[in-house]
Amino acid sequence: MEEESDTRKINNSFLRDHNYATEADIISTVEFNSSGELLATGDKGGRVVVFQREQESKSQPQRRGEYNVYSTFQSHEPEFDYLKSLEIEEKINKIKWLPQQNAAYFLLSTNDKTVKLWKISERDKRPEGYNLKDDDGRIRDPSTITSLRVPVLQPMDLMVEATARRVFSNAHTYHINSISVNSDLQTYISTDDLRVNLWNLEITDRSFNIVDIKPANMEELTEVITSAEFHPQQCHTFAYSSSKGSIRLCDMREAALCDRHCKYFEEPEDPSTRSFFSEIISSISDVKFSHNGRYLMTRDYLTVKVWDLQMENKPLETYQVHDYLRGKLCSLYENDCIFDKFECVWNGSDSVIMTGSYNNFFRMFDRNTKRDVTLEASRENSKPRAILKPRKVCVGGKRRKDEISVDSLDFSKKILHTTWHPHENIIAVAATNNLYIFQDKVN
Amino acid sequence: MISTMECGADAQNLISISLMKIHNSRTQRGGIKLHKNLLVSYVLRNARQVYIKEKYAEIYRMQQYEEVMTVCNEIQELDPLDLDAEDDEEHARTACCGEGASPCGSVCHRGAAQPAAHARTASAVFGCASLEEDTREPDPSYYRSCCMEASPAPHCDQLPASGSAHCNKTTVLDLDTHVVTTVENGYLHQDCCCDAPPLGQGAQTPAKKRKVEPGCYVSDVEEISDFTAARKRAKREDCSYHSLDYTDTSNISNLISIFGSGFSGLLSRQADLEQICSKQVLASLGAWTRAIVAF
Repeated sequence: MEEESDTRKINNSFLRDHNYATEADIISTVEFNSSGELLATGDKGGRVVVFQREQESKSQPQRRGEYNVYSTFQSHEPEFDYLKSLEIEEKINKIKWLPQQNAAYFLLSTNDKTVKLWKISERDKRPEGYNLKDDDGRIRDPSTITSLRVPVLQPMDLMVEATARRVFSNAHTYHINSISVNSDLQTYISTDDLRVNLWNLEITDRSFNIVDIKPANMEELTEVITSAEFHPQQCHTFAYSSSKGSIRLCDMREAALCDRHCKYFEEPEDPSTRSFFSEIISSISDVKFSHNGRYLMTRDYLTVKVWDLQMENKPLETYQVHDYLRGKLCSLYENDCIFDKFECVWNGSDSVIMTGSYNNFFRMFDRNTKRDVTLEASRENSKPRAILKPRKVCVGGKRRKDEISVDSLDFSKKILHTTWHPHENIIAVAATNNLYIFQDKVN
Repeated sequence: MISTMECGADAQNLISISLMKIHNSRTQRGGIKLHKNLLVSYVLRNARQVYIKEKYAEIYRMQQYEEVMTVCNEIQELDPLDLDAEDDEEHARTACCGEGASPCGSVCHRGAAQPAAHARTASAVFGCASLEEDTREPDPSYYRSCCMEASPAPHCDQLPASGSAHCNKTTVLDLDTHVVTTVENGYLHQDCCCDAPPLGQGAQTPAKKRKVEPGCYVSDVEEISDFTAARKRAKREDCSYHSLDYTDTSNISNLISIFGSGFSGLLSRQADLEQICSKQVLASLGAWTRAIVAF
């Protein structure tokens, strides 16, 4: 791996002074916007924190733009569905940015049932000099007004406001697992376990169901949808992954209901590796199109696979993320870790892919050189601005110094959510309730 | 073929863990997660397949032995004064055990040291057999399992038909008197859904089942020694089970009553009870799988 990184940690927790991690602070999603200027995180408590990159200053060129908190707001609250006696979690499952079209920023955030469109805008001026009221808001007695004045805009401290502009609700019976904005910038899809719905960003009381895999008899259910994404350039194409390890590519021009796929990507199972948990580990947890739109990347429990859209019968590349866990599936099943849903991400040029693992490790695979590296996001093991040291897991035999054995891995420290800056080598990694941002080293 | 050696996982253990997960998911915040429960049901299904396969292999071995015993006893009856009978018995036993059992073989009674018990042989078809065990002893024990084909779905579809063709005759061996009697009787054929796609077909097989008469039981003698007092209670539940129509509703309600009595209570007791419950659950796993996803 040719990249070396600075490290910088930003603690996004409101309870900054506290050492314990409350569950509400656990980061559940991270996403750069399309310019990379903003970074949004969502947490289990329903809050969204947006970071903004500082402008690079000429006086300190070695101190490249760092990310600081820009805006914080409560996106979703816990709700109760009285009809079904179900509590709806406020945890933010996904955030997706809309490309910027004016001075304000827009993002979509979703919990299990409701998608919201948020507008984040700055206010740095305010009008002063009203005639009928004082600057502090009190109404002036009209009889005391002797002259008229024109209010003027005066600069004020920058205030960043977040307002909910649209609320898209009551369209999903099952839990929403993903949202994806279309390249047409007018529509987006929201996906739950069994259905994909198409929305217009302007219309909240109506959505179109475009995929429905719910069987007539629920007893015959064999697979669920785990993620869906629009093609980055073709506004009529989207892909969705299933719990059976397959991906379907659909074209919305074919029919209103896209139950029939155009392409079906699946790798036949290797019968020699069959185990009790074969179905679980083949379930796809994330699917991402490459930026150039030619490839698809999928993440299942042990591997990351890159698929060529032109080849359906097997992936182009398969990368083992943590194959040493294959012998531990039973204990991972017992402690529920086997159900962890790891995400995967492309870099801007589609040459490197990255995904998380346990013990706060995350892995990068260079598709060209076929080299890979394991890095750790941890305060103890790296100082700010220090170069990250590659880590290695010892799978058996003699453990070298600095290697960590499989049994010493901390499975409570998992990196499920990562994101890569769209143009530069800056990555954001969420480790439980901490956010780590790593940048390329400046020459 | 599922490799059980990989993680040393015990199929029964996995079944218990999976059921606990499903039970806990009902009270988790945010509602029941369909995806997770579907995956857990796959583990349950796989564990059941392995468990039943192991059981079937065991039955198969015992069938061969029983057949040998039957033959040997018949030989003995013909020539009770034959001093070499014992040697022949041994010889016949070993010879027969090496052969395959006939389609309507009999359950082997293994170990002469076991207390006298009624042994009922259920007709065994390739992939289709069921055992119920009960002794009319002070400690009656019940054990019911569903023996199914562990191979892919295509075979599964054929089983109900072939099963009913072969399994219409059963043989009872009284281990006390060594009298063999043949009874025309039915058998209990469990859900035959062994692969995911035809999960729904499991619902059709109940129609083909025939009721088992209360008088016929098979003793898995090995297990009598394992499960004694604990089985008494299992007997009561099983009796009512038999007399009901074999519908999904009864399966689910039976399971719910098991859980209703306190899953944690079950777990806190000895491993025996756990195994019993697992077995009972196994017997109706198809329905339970359906119950999980049908919310």
